[in-house]
Amino acid sequence: MSLILLIEQVLNGLQFGIMLFLMAAGLTLIFGVMGLINLAHGSLYMIGAFCAAAVAAASGSFILGLIAALAGAALAGALVELVVIRRLYDKDHLDQVLATFALILIFSEGTRWIFGSFPLFLNVPEFLSGPVTLPGGIEYPLYRLTLIVIGLLVALGLYLLISKTRLGVQIRAGENDREMIGALGVDIAMLYTIVFALGAALAGLSGALVGAIQSVQVGMGEPVLILAFVVIVIGGIGSIKGALIGAILVGLTDTLGGIFLPEALKLFFDPSTATSIGSSLASMAIYILMAAVLILRPAGLFGARA
Amino acid sequence: MKLVTMAAVAALTIGLSGAKAEPVKVGMITTLSGGGAGLGIDVRDGFMLAVKQSGNEDLEVVIEDDQRKPDIAVQLADKMIQSEKVDVLTGIIWSNLAMAVVPAATAQGKFYLSPNAGPSVLAGKGCHPNYFNVAWQNDNLHEAAGAYANFAGHKNSFILAPNYPAGKDALTGYKRFYEGDLAGEIYTKLGQTDYAAEIAQIRASGADSVFFFLPGGMGISFLKQYEDSGVDLPVVGPAFSFDQGILQAVGDAALGVINTSQWNKDIDNPTNKAFVDAFQAEYGRLPSLYASQGFDTANLLLSAMAKADVKDADAFREALKAADFSSTRGSFTFGPNHHPIQDIYVREVVKEGDVFTNKIIGTALTSHADAYWSECNM
Repeated sequence: MSLILLIEQVLNGLQFGIMLFLMAAGLTLIFGVMGLINLAHGSLYMIGAFCAAAVAAASGSFILGLIAALAGAALAGALVELVVIRRLYDKDHLDQVLATFALILIFSEGTRWIFGSFPLFLNVPEFLSGPVTLPGGIEYPLYRLTLIVIGLLVALGLYLLISKTRLGVQIRAGENDREMIGALGVDIAMLYTIVFALGAALAGLSGALVGAIQSVQVGMGEPVLILAFVVIVIGGIGSIKGALIGAILVGLTDTLGGIFLPEALKLFFDPSTATSIGSSLASMAIYILMAAVLILRPAGLFGARA
Repeated sequence: MKLVTMAAVAALTIGLSGAKAEPVKVGMITTLSGGGAGLGIDVRDGFMLAVKQSGNEDLEVVIEDDQRKPDIAVQLADKMIQSEKVDVLTGIIWSNLAMAVVPAATAQGKFYLSPNAGPSVLAGKGCHPNYFNVAWQNDNLHEAAGAYANFAGHKNSFILAPNYPAGKDALTGYKRFYEGDLAGEIYTKLGQTDYAAEIAQIRASGADSVFFFLPGGMGISFLKQYEDSGVDLPVVGPAFSFDQGILQAVGDAALGVINTSQWNKDIDNPTNKAFVDAFQAEYGRLPSLYASQGFDTANLLLSAMAKADVKDADAFREALKAADFSSTRGSFTFGPNHHPIQDIYVREVVKEGDVFTNKIIGTALTSHADAYWSECNM
């Protein structure tokens, strides 16, 4: 195992983690501010990818596709909040889970109805395609580097939004005591719609960015949703900082576990058995990580409430 | 969602076999929603095209969606056998669903015609007189890929497949025919969408070629990321990552890639030409190998109906076994375990106008049977 391969894999894990962060940030924000478990977050990811693919195919521009993904997912998010989610805030979590699960089915079959059952084409734009050579002779795809940069910029933007703006103050206040800020004259309903649309836009952006290197198809959001839940549980529910750290931890564990566990087991077993056992163990690695974090810190790494 | 389709509106069948046979009721359980729906829809459309062309009023087809879930497939099969009273079951795409449904259905005296899944157990120890596979045994296309790798002079392959039974069958099939060394062997997670880590390992492994079995969306992701990574080793795979339904989503990244298949739209025989034209006219898209498998399955069934009464199980079984129908693949016969003996071709992905599709460039294996028939006692 050479150093170059190791660095490349760390970059891969980082990139995977950063994309998870975009999903998890919206999810944790919505849970933190509104106390809502939103299973339909994966559908917003899918909507972002489909908007991007449709607009990029029609206009030929990837950037326009990204803008469409942000706008489309934010719009879908705001609409869902106004029509469905608004009625769920004072219900218990089981009702929320049921209703948002129904939304998954509606969005999936609705998307199939509009776009058909076959995957859509969305590719990395010409100016970002192909590998670049990093210092030390590491060849790494330019697009994945771009994803890392975009993700870190979004993290920085969210930090500034939450800590430096009036909206951020309201969001933090809403997390702590929603009756009180309502009494102080903040339009809670409006605040909730904005936060939901913001979370949806982040999911849509992530879907569009990832869609370019994966397949844009119905049901693409659900596997990511599960990982995003793992991330926010590890990071501490409601914490953006926790989501970032949790996402990077999960990304690195998943990527490096998949590489090193089979390699390590080859010391004890023949290659074929080692590969097979190692792969099975690697797919459990992030859940083992989650269990370990929960044993040490039941509220997650940066969780405020238990 | 339930669709009861009464086959054949027009055309009286006038005295092909003299006595008019009992009507045959077919239960089709296939995947019509969720991520794998493209495959089920192609099988269904191919099957229904043949039914429509035949104009046979004695064939009734009940179609249900299994959502790619084994438990739902089992429930549907029970319902079809007990309340719908079907004679023949067909349609299942995925091997894990087939393993959950087929043994129980055949044990209850129903016929099962597989248009896709061909798990090794059902070809060997678990074979059954009422089970016929019209597509292939799972290992077949991978064996052909191994044979092609020898022909192309690959000496050091890196191989990968998802960590589930069909993925293991795939790597076993490849290794059964491939004679070179292995630069690496990886099982990925089923449903994995990011292959950066695997591609980095391929780059570092010193391999001279890559064999992968990643059906559906997994293959789209892998090919796009492989293209973008700058690794340019030759890639070989089975047709499942290069079928007509997903090639458009892969785009240029698939151009020139070699894959193996028992069918392609340019196989030169009148049945196939007519099938490709009729499918395009009916559905407005090119057929995939799955559609050809659905079409062949229906024609096999129709050929048996013309010869024997489905209530006379022995006669009907013999009629199926004769495979006296005109296949889109040209010559088609069943081996002793009721799995096809057929040619498997090498295809290359090309672009015709704006459409990505496949072209046959050679034959990997001729009159190829599966590796399990000798374990089958029936």
